[in-house]
Amino acid sequence: MTSSTADQLNPAAPEAGTLRNEDAAAPTWLWVAGVAVVLPALIPVVALVGRVIGASDAAWDALVSARTAQLLARSIFFALVVTMTATSLGVAAAWITTRTDIRYSRVWSTLLALPLVIPSYVLALSFISFAGPRGLFADSTGVSLPSISGFWGAAVVLALATYPYVYLVVRSTIVRIDPSLEEAARGLGSSAAEAFRRITLPQLRPAIAASSLLVALYTLSDFGAVSLMRVDVFTRVIYAQYQGRIDRTPAAVLSLVLMLIAVTILWGESRSRGRSVYFASQAPRPPTRLGLAPRQRTAAHAFLSITVGLGLALPVLVLVAWLLRGLTTGGVIDMRWGAVLGSLSGSVAAGLLAMIAAVPVAVLAVRHRGRISRALRATVYAIFSLPHIAVALAVVFFASRYLGGLYQSFVLLAFVYATLFLAQASGATEAALTQINPSLEEAARGLGDNRLQVFRRITLPLILRGLMAGGALVFLTTMKELPATLLLRPTGFDTLAVRVWSTANELSYARAAAPALLLLIVSAVPMYYLIIRPRQRV
Amino acid sequence: MIRRLVVLTSLVAVVATACGGTDDGAADSITVYSGRSEELVAPLIELFEEASGIEVEVRYAESAELAATILEEGTNTPADVFFAQDPASLGAVALGGHFRALDNALLDKVDPGFSDDAGRWVGVSGRARVVVYDSGKVDSATLPATEDGFTEAAWAGRLAVAPTNGSFLAFVAAKILIDGEAATLRWLEGIKANDAPTYPKNSVIVAAVNDGEVDAGLVNHYYLFRLQDEVGTTVAANHFMTGGGAGSLVMPAGAGILAGSENAAAATEFIEFLLGAEAQAFFADETFEYPLANGMDPNEALPPLGDLNPPQLRLSDLAGALDRATDLVATAGLL
Repeated sequence: MTSSTADQLNPAAPEAGTLRNEDAAAPTWLWVAGVAVVLPALIPVVALVGRVIGASDAAWDALVSARTAQLLARSIFFALVVTMTATSLGVAAAWITTRTDIRYSRVWSTLLALPLVIPSYVLALSFISFAGPRGLFADSTGVSLPSISGFWGAAVVLALATYPYVYLVVRSTIVRIDPSLEEAARGLGSSAAEAFRRITLPQLRPAIAASSLLVALYTLSDFGAVSLMRVDVFTRVIYAQYQGRIDRTPAAVLSLVLMLIAVTILWGESRSRGRSVYFASQAPRPPTRLGLAPRQRTAAHAFLSITVGLGLALPVLVLVAWLLRGLTTGGVIDMRWGAVLGSLSGSVAAGLLAMIAAVPVAVLAVRHRGRISRALRATVYAIFSLPHIAVALAVVFFASRYLGGLYQSFVLLAFVYATLFLAQASGATEAALTQINPSLEEAARGLGDNRLQVFRRITLPLILRGLMAGGALVFLTTMKELPATLLLRPTGFDTLAVRVWSTANELSYARAAAPALLLLIVSAVPMYYLIIRPRQRV
Repeated sequence: MIRRLVVLTSLVAVVATACGGTDDGAADSITVYSGRSEELVAPLIELFEEASGIEVEVRYAESAELAATILEEGTNTPADVFFAQDPASLGAVALGGHFRALDNALLDKVDPGFSDDAGRWVGVSGRARVVVYDSGKVDSATLPATEDGFTEAAWAGRLAVAPTNGSFLAFVAAKILIDGEAATLRWLEGIKANDAPTYPKNSVIVAAVNDGEVDAGLVNHYYLFRLQDEVGTTVAANHFMTGGGAGSLVMPAGAGILAGSENAAAATEFIEFLLGAEAQAFFADETFEYPLANGMDPNEALPPLGDLNPPQLRLSDLAGALDRATDLVATAGLL
């Protein structure tokens, strides 16, 4: 994983490369800046902990109940099912497109990665609006299909939304593995399956472990898909408690439990990474691709078609169909420009704020490595991994009590977005920074510039592309963000994601189609250029 | 590139001020937290803005969520008026001491049975619980007179509910007060055991019943009339449960003024408007609710309020039961 974009995909990427001036002391103002951009993010979390500790006995009794145990078991089982399905899908897809002689493997590789641009709740919306009550199928045939909502339907949706993470990481690893071992195994009489299990799989294990933990984290944090498809996991229950109850303590307690699970998974992820083995950056030669028998070829094609069909073609077609129906049955399109403006302004503001905050974090992490900068960096990544609904609830508690006019303001919302996604901006900046030879900066200093001048004249222009790429990622992620927006948006502030969510909740699919498609297009283009295309070249 | 960034930044700043800068202190503007839906309230707000020249900012969300928000915000709340779907949410804000006492002139306009007994909020329009049913498939004579009949096996898979909806939760809270917690939980479990199809909203249930997707649903009375307004005649029909239980409840939607409001005069004017002839006629004929101001008549399609046999209930007690209602609904596995 050398490219900057690869690291952006992965919030817990290994620290940037080795450096000459590790011990160089940073000026105080840089430390202050670094701490100042990271610390405020922790205040609401601390406030949440305080609130939970100060909660009444009744709230604690509610926590230690059979229902909570059930919720915990269901959430973890759900994450497990999704992770296992997504991992199998991702690994199989990566193997087929890199190790067999399947035709059009390049086209397949791109198509297989594309579901990454579809937010999980848009995917859920398309499934429900196709097969659910009042959906396309029931509407045009008069036959109601058995309900696709619920645990298993949502698991399929989330697996389809997340397998590209596994696929991309595994694929980029598999192409770097020296194929001669596999070929030797096959030459000595192993079947393809056995060669894969005994030779390839062990080498892929670190990549699979890291990416599947990411999927687990994503699943645990997902709010939109599980809510639309009615699975009682933590995120949905927290929101139901938030909406339906006057006393918010149970929601606070559950949020904290959810955060703890996320942190545990994150810890597991970093451990799995610590034990990982890295390979030569390039395989010595391309592998001999396995010739598929006709039957196997049909099976492989069926597998890839179903995966891409459900994960990509179905949602796009269903949404387009609804849009057309809306257009033909008399303008129930309901495209609100206020929502477009809200999405754009929120995302641009978040991107810019994150870019500003990313600079001190990245400079400290790359140029001044040490305990504190490592802690700052780890905090940034940990925040990135926390479920948004829990963070947003913590901010609600804190801001409504102590921040007065800032609560429910655009400024606070943009700040929360930037905080949640700072890791994306700082990761990209770090990658850009490691590629600058520090001697360039030293030379400028030697010629009489002070630190700020060096930064402005040498460093900033050189890292600007990376910084912009990071800002663009934050822009995209903010565009899709739902739970924090629902809880923290200013009165009258609307976004495309919120439109999709509320129209989908009213089962007004024709009205949900336009904002959903727009969201998809807006996030597809940059996602393709930033993440998918560079990885295809690996 | 840096220059482009600067341009972009200033653009965002302009947009941000344009979006957020409307509410700075102008005396003739108020902020309303509305637990009632935008679809329903927005046209009324427009009428009010035109008539009074007062600008209104509205935050739409679930009633209970907004009540909790007000409790959380305390004196920081930007809200001047809380306009809620149900007396439970209003009661929670009143109990927290966040409402100011309303003028008697306002309270006198409404039957005291539909307002807070300490005069902190006033009922504006009434909503009855009903069973909406498919008149093509269901013989109206088989429909029970109380909600308890729906836990019987004959109704398996046939009665839809919207368990996360505020009116459903308020109804469950009322049932707790009338029948007690144990009986309410038994009822919810019975509904769950009957595999009641669940929907996100009342309006969706009514449309589903009308399309023959499900036989019946527990909703508020007015969704059917609004659907008829849209599509003409419907096969769906309303059944009022007049047995005197929680299912016979007439729940007022109401409004109160926040204690910390700096625009109390404008806020009072808003509530006066809600109780005035124009808004009350809107509730009667546009949203098909029961107008609660004295001397106003409901739409002639509705049975008179007097025929509904609602249970005797102190509305201010509902607030205390709302959280228990959410708990019981979750315990029964209905969420």
